[in-house]
Amino acid sequence: MIENVDMSLVDWSRAQFALTAIYHWFFVPLTLGLSFIVAFMETIYVKTGNEKWKKLTKFWMTLFGINFAIGIATGLILEFEFGTNWSNYSWFVGDIFGAPLAIEGILAFFLESTFIAVMFFGWNKVSKKFHLTSTWLVAIGANLSALWILVANAWMQNPVGMTFNPDTARNEMINFWAVLFNPVAVDKFLHTITSGFLLASVFVLGISSWYLLKGREEWLAKRSILIAGIFGLISSLAVAFTGDSSARTLAKVQPVKFAAFEALYEGKDNAGLIAFGILKDSDQKIGEKNIKNFVVKIEIPGLLSILSKGDKNGFVPGIRDLVSGSSDERQILSVAQKMEKGRYARDILNNYKEAKRINDKEQIEKIKNIFKDRNFIDNYFRYFGYSFLKTPEEAIPNVSVSFYTFHLMVMLGFFFILVCAISVFLLLKGTLLKNKWFLWVTIFSVPLAYIASESGWVLTEMGRQPWIIQDLMPVSAAVSQISAGSVIITFILFAVLFTALLFAEVSIMVRQIKTGPNHKEEVQ
Amino acid sequence: MTEMVSYLFLQQYWWIIVSLLASLLVFLMFVQGGQSMIYSLPQDDAKKTMILNALGRKWEFTFTTLVTFGGAFFASFPLFYASSFGGAYWLWITILFSFIIQAIAYEYRSKPSNVLGKKTFDLFLFINGSLGPFLIGIAVGTFFTGSQFSLNDMNHVTWANPWHGLEALLDARNVALGLAVLFLAKTNGLLYLINSIDNDDLINKSFNKLIINSVSFLVFFLFFLITLLLSEGFAVISETGIVVMEKFKYMHNLVQMPAVLFIFLTGVIAVLYGIGLAIFRRSRKGIWFSGSGTILAVFALFLIAGFNGTAFYPSVYDLNSSISIYKASSSLFTLKTMMYVSFIIPFVIAYIWYAWKVINRKKITEEEMREDGHVY
Repeated sequence: MIENVDMSLVDWSRAQFALTAIYHWFFVPLTLGLSFIVAFMETIYVKTGNEKWKKLTKFWMTLFGINFAIGIATGLILEFEFGTNWSNYSWFVGDIFGAPLAIEGILAFFLESTFIAVMFFGWNKVSKKFHLTSTWLVAIGANLSALWILVANAWMQNPVGMTFNPDTARNEMINFWAVLFNPVAVDKFLHTITSGFLLASVFVLGISSWYLLKGREEWLAKRSILIAGIFGLISSLAVAFTGDSSARTLAKVQPVKFAAFEALYEGKDNAGLIAFGILKDSDQKIGEKNIKNFVVKIEIPGLLSILSKGDKNGFVPGIRDLVSGSSDERQILSVAQKMEKGRYARDILNNYKEAKRINDKEQIEKIKNIFKDRNFIDNYFRYFGYSFLKTPEEAIPNVSVSFYTFHLMVMLGFFFILVCAISVFLLLKGTLLKNKWFLWVTIFSVPLAYIASESGWVLTEMGRQPWIIQDLMPVSAAVSQISAGSVIITFILFAVLFTALLFAEVSIMVRQIKTGPNHKEEVQ
Repeated sequence: MTEMVSYLFLQQYWWIIVSLLASLLVFLMFVQGGQSMIYSLPQDDAKKTMILNALGRKWEFTFTTLVTFGGAFFASFPLFYASSFGGAYWLWITILFSFIIQAIAYEYRSKPSNVLGKKTFDLFLFINGSLGPFLIGIAVGTFFTGSQFSLNDMNHVTWANPWHGLEALLDARNVALGLAVLFLAKTNGLLYLINSIDNDDLINKSFNKLIINSVSFLVFFLFFLITLLLSEGFAVISETGIVVMEKFKYMHNLVQMPAVLFIFLTGVIAVLYGIGLAIFRRSRKGIWFSGSGTILAVFALFLIAGFNGTAFYPSVYDLNSSISIYKASSSLFTLKTMMYVSFIIPFVIAYIWYAWKVINRKKITEEEMREDGHVY
C-alpha cells in the first residue's frame, strides 16, 4: 500500500487531470446540444424543401465541426490519463469503470464518427432522408457517449453493484444494472445533457442576437432564435428539475459534499437555503481547518430541509456533525470512527496478504469468509478509504469552492430560464429587434453559460475530495508512481497546447460567424 | 469447473477482441502513413489538399479505434492498462500527444484565422503521421521484448527506471517493429491514395514511392520476425502461474497453434500480393489485399503474444510480475457482461462499411471537394 505519498505528485496529477477535464468540458456541452439543434433544423429543411433551411443547417453544422474536433482531442487524453496518472485507481476499479468506457467506444463513438462523415461529406452522395438520419444519429451518438462516461463518474461518487476481491485487491462488478441505474448516474446524465442543450441554445441565441444587432442575416437569426429559444427554455426547466433531484440524491449519498455546497457547518432542523452569500474565515476550527462564516447572506428559511428531506422540519446535518458524529438518535458516525473501521478493514486485508504469502490455508479461508460477511462489508469495508486519512478534517472538501461554484451555477441556471423565455416571447411578439439591450444581454449570456457549465463540474469533482472513489479510495492512494517532475512537464505541455488550440478554435469560430451563412464555408 | 472453463473462454474471447481492435488500428493507420508523406508526395498545395481530404475523411475511424482499443483494454485487462500506462508514462504520453495534434489539424488547417497557420497544422499532421505509428510499434514491441517493472501484492506498478517507457527505444527489436509499422502505414497510405484519388500525377508519384516504402517495410518486418522467432519468450506455467523463459517460445506458439500460423501466413501473403499488384500491374485495388492482410497478420501477432501460455506484457526486471491474460483480466461477471455488448460489433462494422461505401462512391477530385463544401 501507499504509505508515503509525494503530495506534490498528487497535486500535479490532480492539476493535470483537472486541466484536461476543464478543457474537455469547454467543448463537449456545445457538441451535445448543437447536434440536436442542427438535427431540428435539417428536419425542417427535409419537411419543407426550403433551401434556406439547408443553408441554416450547414452554417451551424460548420460551427459544430470546429468544436467537435477539439472535444475529441481532449477526450482521448482524458481516457488514457486514468491509466497514466491514476494507475492504482485504474486497477482498484478497472473491473467496473472499464466496462462503461469500452461500451462508450463500441456503442457511441463509432456511431458518432461514422455518421459525422456522412453529415459533412454526404450532402451530394446520399438521399435527403439518409442524410437527416445520419445527423440524428450523430446527435444520439454524442449524447450516448455522455451516458457511459457519466455512469463511470457516478460510480466514483456512489460506488454500487460491486464486491471487493481480496485476492486481486480490487472491486469487482456483481450487478451491471445497479451500476447503470445508480441514482447518481441517472441524475447526473439527465442534468449534464440538459445543461449541454441549454449551453448550446444560449450559444445559438447569442450569435443570432449579434446578427440582429448588426442588421445582418435576419432570416437566419430569427429562425435560430425560435428553435434555440424553445429548446433552451425546455432544457433550462429540465436542468432545474434534474438539478433539484441531483441535490436530493447527494444529500443521501454524499452528505459532506451537500453540506459544503451550502457552507452548512452546524446541522439543523428547518434549515434554510442560502440564495446568496459571501464567506470569510472565522476563528473557529474543525481540527486544523478554519470554519467559514458568512459576511452577508440571503437565506430562504426551511427550504434546504424541504429540498433535501421533503419536510420543513427535516434535519440536515452540517459539516461539524458529519466530522464529529453524534451519538443521539441521529447516530451519525464520526470520521474518527470511520477511520478506525477503515483501518480494521485494511488490517484484515494485510493479514490476508500475509496468510497467502506464508500459505496458511486455514487463515486464508477464514479471512475470505470475512470478506463475504455482510456486516464486515457494510460496517467496515465501506470505510476502507478512511484508513488513509491522517486527520478527520481531511474528509472536508474545499468549502469555499463548493459553495461559490454551486451558487454561481444555480443563479445562472435561473437566469438562463429568463433569457430563453424572454427571447421566445419578444420574438413572437415581434419586438425583439427593438429591444437592443436584451440582444446584448443574450450575447453576454454565452460566456456565462460556459462559466455555469464549468462550475458544475468543478463542484462535482472538488466537492468529492478527498475521495477519488467516495469513502473507498482517497486521491492520494490512487496516483501513479512517477516523478512529480514528469507530471509537471506534461502539465505544462498540455497547458500550452490546449490553450493554443483553444485560441485557434475561438478565432476560427469568430471568423466563421463574422463571415456568416451566406458565403460558402470559407477556406484558406 | 464449468465456471473456470467459461472464465478461461471469456479471457481468450476478450483477447481476441482486443487483438482484432489492435489489428484494425494498425490497418487504419494508413491515415498516419499518408500524413507522413505530405511534404514529399504532392508537388503543389492543391495536391496536398487533395491528399489530406482523402485521408481526412477517414481520420476519425483511426482515432475512434484507438479510443475503443484503450477502453476495451481497460475493461477487459485492467492490470495491463494500469501497469503499462501508469508505468511506461513517457512512451504513452508521447503517443497521445501526437494524436491530440492530429485531431484538430484536419478541421483547422484550411480555416481562416486559425492562429497557428496552415503550416503548423500540416506539421502537426506530419508529426502524428511519423511518430504515431512508429511509437505504437515500439509499444507493441515491448509485448515481446519485455519492460522493466514490478507489481506489489496490491498489484500496484513500480517502474524500475526513470525513463518510464522511453528505454524501449534502445532495443533494436522494438525499433525494427516501430519502423516496420511506420513503413507499413506508409505503404497502405499510398495504396489507399491510389485507390481513392482521381489525379494522374498523384497516382503515378504514389506508385513510384511504393517501392522504397514497401521494401523498407519488408526489411524491418523480417528483421523483427526472425529475431522474434529465434528469441526466448515469456512462458506462463499453467499450474502455478509462474513465468519462465522458454527458448523459441514464439516459434513454438506458431507451430502449436496452426490456425494462427495459417492466419499469419495468409496475412503476410495478402500484404505482399496487394503491394505486388500495385507495383507490377499498376492496379488500384492493392489496398484491399494489403489492408486485409495487415489485419490478419497483426491479429495473429497479438494471438502469439497472449495465447498458448504466454505473458503478453512481460517484465524483464521481475519475471513474475509479467502480465498474462489470465492475471490481467477483469472478473468473470464483467467479461460476461461485456461479451453481450460485443455482440453488436458486427452491426457496428456493417454500418461503418455501408457509410464508408457511400462516402467513397465518388473518387476525390478538386471538383468533388468543391461540391461538398466541407474542405480540410
